[in-house]
Amino acid sequence: MLGIGLIKGLSVTFKNLFTPIFTIQYPDKKVGLLAYSKHINKSIFQILKENPKIFLMGIIGMVTIPVKIDQFPRFRGNEFVWYDDRCTACASCAKYCPLGIIEIVTHPAGENMQAGENYAIDKFDIDTGRCMFCGLCVEACPYDALHMGTDFERGNYSRVNLVLDKETLTSQDKNPSSWFRPQFESNEYNPWEESMSNSKDAGRHEKPSYQKIKEKWVNKRKTDG
Amino acid sequence: MSVKSEPITINLGPQHPSTHGVFRMRVTFDGETIIDLEPIFGYLHRGSEKLAEERTYTQIVTLTDRMDYVSSMLNNQGYILALEKLANIEPKPRGVWLRMIASELQRIASHLVAIGFLIQDLGAWGTPLTYAMREREKILQMFEMLCGARITNSYLRPGGVFMDAPVQFWDALSEFTQNFPSEIEELEKLLSSNEIIFSRTKGVATLTAEQALNASITGPILRSTGVDWDLRKSDPYDYYDQIKFNVPTHTAGDNYARYILRVQEMKESLSIVKQCVERIEPGPIRPHHDEVPNLVKPPIGDCYSAIEGSKGELGFYLVSDGSISPYRWHVRSSSLINLTLLKEMLVGTLFGDLFVTFGSIDINMGEVDR
Ligand code: SF4
Ligand code: SF4
Repeated sequence: MLGIGLIKGLSVTFKNLFTPIFTIQYPDKKVGLLAYSKHINKSIFQILKENPKIFLMGIIGMVTIPVKIDQFPRFRGNEFVWYDDRCTACASCAKYCPLGIIEIVTHPAGENMQAGENYAIDKFDIDTGRCMFCGLCVEACPYDALHMGTDFERGNYSRVNLVLDKETLTSQDKNPSSWFRPQFESNEYNPWEESMSNSKDAGRHEKPSYQKIKEKWVNKRKTDG
Repeated sequence: MSVKSEPITINLGPQHPSTHGVFRMRVTFDGETIIDLEPIFGYLHRGSEKLAEERTYTQIVTLTDRMDYVSSMLNNQGYILALEKLANIEPKPRGVWLRMIASELQRIASHLVAIGFLIQDLGAWGTPLTYAMREREKILQMFEMLCGARITNSYLRPGGVFMDAPVQFWDALSEFTQNFPSEIEELEKLLSSNEIIFSRTKGVATLTAEQALNASITGPILRSTGVDWDLRKSDPYDYYDQIKFNVPTHTAGDNYARYILRVQEMKESLSIVKQCVERIEPGPIRPHHDEVPNLVKPPIGDCYSAIEGSKGELGFYLVSDGSISPYRWHVRSSSLINLTLLKEMLVGTLFGDLFVTFGSIDINMGEVDR
């Protein structure tokens, strides 16, 4: 009969009227007084005493609180995490980047300066304004020095500010994502709850000593011819 | 009294909310009837095929993500299969099962988008699209667990996938496979018996099997004309020959057949995912670096390999000159070729059927123009 299909369809939409809301409000949502007092950890009376205006807003459910959304641990975020004491300045990451946006400038320094086995990093720039967050640089890093970050709220007014230089990379909070880092996953490390400031935790292995690197790359090649 | 009318040419697009991207049509009407139509594309051309010539083989995976951005996993799979064929790489079984699960999930997600936007084009503003997007969201979240990105996945690597699936992915997947049949049922209850959808889509913009075959149309559009042609069955790649599934076909070849076929294909994809989960076994997910280095250097030669994408045959042609990047890369994009019969489908129909038909073809401008 004509119209039966329509009624069937409307019964579905009517049923969905009573299912929980799937949409997440972001970056902030409107809540009532109870949820607000829970959010700031204060009792309702304290709110009334300290800020009666917010109290009134809360009664009609119009107080805004920020919403934080956690992604999954492999999320490839905006800021990179880089441990300068793990990095050997091999520039694998720069070579592997499809867009060529990592700029590394080094000079020979340190213990075996003459042989040029130890490099000091003058410049380590990642132009995140052009980055597509593919994570190939992280995949290429042999010493687990570079990791994807987990932050994504990094809006900016100027493209110049999007370039992560060496100072920013060393000083910023380190919450690496577990993209291509199985050791983080086996440790059940959660980037949204803890940060990883110690570079020792970040790698599959210790950073090899210069002696070892030399053995592997220089002496072995000499004997191999 | 007869009304005197004369042809009028209207330019639709490239910026039009219903053209699913930057697509332009020059349509000539007589009254409300379409008498001529000329598709014009190229507004989203980014030169992916040229860009690939100066990237290494692994870096090209990121380019394929951006072709058909609602089915990136399938693009990844098609490209990686072509590369494996060219470089004689033997994939690892667990990697293959994982990428089959990922690409079948992607097919469901892509069909959900197609159905949602088809109904949106019909004028059902919002509701069915929201239901479809709600389900797609669950799939995208699973992709984020797998590879940290929802759209630009870059999950596949030569010989398998880049990382094994985390534990939470299997939990989410089993929950999804349990709940999804009832969600499809809900979508069908909402739409498949709806009289308005019947009257707007049945018998509109029909294609015959002969027409479709002559224009080398593939995918759901070809199957809706009654031709039983699915590359997963007729030329199996990966482990599809070890999986039991049906290829649904219809004979009407109209908009409704294309719509209902996608619903049935989603059910088949779900059953493929379930079988893959049963068959998957622990093991390595990609060959070791010693076997397949990061810089793949295939021998001199060329190869063509195609998969059944969500929109039809998605083929990749690679020419190698023995170096670390391809000499030439060409994509046979199903969206572009499926558009070639737009005029034949639409001449004689009314203005209101134009966007419905356009939605039921399900093209993606990122793939049309590359
Ligand atoms: S994430 Fe990709 S684009 Fe960004 S710096 Fe790394 S390799 Fe380059
Ligand atoms: S690949 Fe790793 S170790 Fe090498 S330069 Fe880049 S961050 Fe440093």
